[in-house]
Amino acid sequence: MTAPAALNIRLTKRLQRSLRRDPGLFFMPALLIVSFAITVAIHPQFSDFDLQSLAMGALPLAFAAAAQTVVVIAGGIDLSVGSMMAVANVLAASLMEKASFGQSLLLALAVLIGGAGIGALNGLIVVISRIPDVVATLTSGFIWGGVALLILEKPGGGAPQEFLNLGTGTLFTPWLPNALVLLAAAVGVIWIPLRRSKLGLQLYAVGSDRIAAFRSGVNIDRTRFAAYLFSGLFSAVGGVGFTMTTGIGAPLAGVYYTLSGLAAVVVGGVSLAGGRGGMLGPVLAAFVLTLIPTDLIFLNIDPNFGQVIQGTLIVVIVMIGGFVDMERSRK
Amino acid sequence: MNEAALLLEATKMAKKFDSVVALKAASLQVRPGEVHGLMGSNGAGKSTLVKIITGVYPADGGQIFVKGVIRSFRSPAEARRAGIVSVYQDPALVPDLTVAQNMRLAGASVDAVRKWLTELGIVRLDFSLLVRDLPDPTLRLIDLARALAWEPAVLLLDEITASLPADLSEQIYAMVKHWRQRGNAVIFISHRMAEVSALCDRATVLRDGVTAGVTERAHGSEERIVALMLGAETARAVASGPSTHAGGSRPDDAEPALEVRGLRCSPLVNEVSFKLYSGEVLGMVALEGQGQEELFDCIAGSRRYGEGAILAHGKELRLRHPADAIAAGIVLVPANRLLALLQQRPIPENIGLPAFGGIRNWGPIKSRDERARVESSIERLRIDTRAGSELRRLSGGNQQKVVIARWLASGFDILLCFDPTRGIDIGTKRQIYALVREIAAEGSAVLLFTSELTEIALACDRAIVLFGGRVVAEMPVSQADEATLLRSAHGLSPSAEAS
Repeated sequence: MTAPAALNIRLTKRLQRSLRRDPGLFFMPALLIVSFAITVAIHPQFSDFDLQSLAMGALPLAFAAAAQTVVVIAGGIDLSVGSMMAVANVLAASLMEKASFGQSLLLALAVLIGGAGIGALNGLIVVISRIPDVVATLTSGFIWGGVALLILEKPGGGAPQEFLNLGTGTLFTPWLPNALVLLAAAVGVIWIPLRRSKLGLQLYAVGSDRIAAFRSGVNIDRTRFAAYLFSGLFSAVGGVGFTMTTGIGAPLAGVYYTLSGLAAVVVGGVSLAGGRGGMLGPVLAAFVLTLIPTDLIFLNIDPNFGQVIQGTLIVVIVMIGGFVDMERSRK
Repeated sequence: MNEAALLLEATKMAKKFDSVVALKAASLQVRPGEVHGLMGSNGAGKSTLVKIITGVYPADGGQIFVKGVIRSFRSPAEARRAGIVSVYQDPALVPDLTVAQNMRLAGASVDAVRKWLTELGIVRLDFSLLVRDLPDPTLRLIDLARALAWEPAVLLLDEITASLPADLSEQIYAMVKHWRQRGNAVIFISHRMAEVSALCDRATVLRDGVTAGVTERAHGSEERIVALMLGAETARAVASGPSTHAGGSRPDDAEPALEVRGLRCSPLVNEVSFKLYSGEVLGMVALEGQGQEELFDCIAGSRRYGEGAILAHGKELRLRHPADAIAAGIVLVPANRLLALLQQRPIPENIGLPAFGGIRNWGPIKSRDERARVESSIERLRIDTRAGSELRRLSGGNQQKVVIARWLASGFDILLCFDPTRGIDIGTKRQIYALVREIAAEGSAVLLFTSELTEIALACDRAIVLFGGRVVAEMPVSQADEATLLRSAHGLSPSAEAS
């Protein structure tokens, strides 16, 4: 056997294995391509501008999904993602209104640290109080939703133009929106090192089997705490990203992202039982979930009816994922 | 024996789970270079002791000395750093991670684990496979290899051979001997008597959370272990028990109320057959994990079985749901009362629930009828309702009576009782035995699994013993003395005479 052939076999084997381990990894890109194909079919004049607005529209949802994914993988749930995004969004918009570009970058960093802090607080509440995570994060979500309204009563604020260009512009070609680059960079910079670290392993372990993880020497409380911290960080990135792409702070916009982010997580093949799934699935699912309403608008469908269709599609996609999973575990 | 020479010593360990006492005063002394057996019947506290020593649970009382120094561990990782590593009953491997990731998670060296796996006879294991895709015996060996990779001074093996085929068990015996030769100690828990007497230098026997005795390896140690497991008290209890019931005199050609034919339910039930007649109490005895739970689940309709048939009064049943079994007159009193009862709801609702489960009973409940039925069963069982109307305020024994009362209120033909007296005080136990006898006397059939061997003589007409998913012995109650039952339950021939 020649060396390249052996390599080829090894690659195929690895691919097969990762397909088995994480069907979302291949299911989601396929689904995204299909959704794109459908979009182009019903809207043949799909332009670079449409791609840019898609990327900008999907950006906050993708970060909401990323925030939720970290917690769900560790076997928890975070219902305060939307509120944390709102706080980050209005904080950034109100602080940056009169700032210079350099200052705005520093402020963005400060907001991200603040977001991680809010997430850490969530983690502390869940771990120390032993209140179920659903209850703890739902209530803390109400609190941070209120804080967002205290910071900015109604939509407003702003940011320096250079800062906004980071989110709305394009890189090299009009077909590569900055929003896409930003998303890939932020998720890559935070998630990939985390996934490869011991902490990443512990997140999966705790979500998969808490007792086995404990017996393997994992500190369960610390790991869950870290999951919520990263959820806060991703939420804050999403909130700052929202400021970047819209140019304003909107205290009530975040509410929508908690549940649709959770939908993206489920569609993206992350098991709500914990321990299974990756980051790529939910992020791509955010694009699919953004494409669906866009397509319905292109088709001139009554928006109220559109919501029914969107919900139905989500159920169908999740069901397909469920069947694939069942088939897999039967083997 | 010089105290300082002990590798591990636990003195007077105590542990309570809510109101259930798992350990009262368990002591254990382990010397370097020995294989130490830890024996005891079900619920004697073996696993709890192991988990306390290795930091899974905190102890309520007692002290642990490692090489003469007092220690207490808050997690398995801490115990590991002190050279104490356990392979638990269920593998401590995370299912959604690969083998390699699991090793990294626990901080074990992959090379060392691979080396030990090779020694255990598993060559060329693909470490990038997911743990959930590997068979259970392999996982046990991986767990053991990981434990060995930490080079523990004290290695605890909790029933590691229970679900292993014979050839893999041999590998483990060899490894245990090897580990002893290196001057380390192995604490070996097993229900297989033959294994323990072949492998262990000494054995500590627990009974009801107390160390009943320590045996040196010597001729006849098997019999001494059985005697220690039984204890003197149980012998007295048998003598004073109200075994006044007549005991099976019925024509051989009578149709059984319940017949189980060649039932298989993977992985634990391998062909179980027995007959249960109206008016009798059939006792069942087995060690943990011999398939009894699965068997009861199958008969009660909450688990599907692969092969075999369940017949009630000669008619084959199709049990897809507990409701099917209840409709056929088969009702279950499960081991875990919490599974059967609605803790937050009042007693009458708990008792009345199954009577109103069917669709034909939908619509308004005739409250007078319900009250009459419920009250008569409360009275009959002498349920102590003073504690309040909410179920969770009742004592364990009274809760168990509520479970039985609900079936009395709704009516049944065959009663399955799974260890109904676990964790119940002796007075209530007596009442439950009497009730079971009464139910049989009224013409119902009762199948009673029990982990307390004394109960066979107290409440049953016949006894069967389950081992390895099969019925290995059947005897009338007159022959079912505890030593015989215990020997059969350990897979030893029941006829061997105790010396």
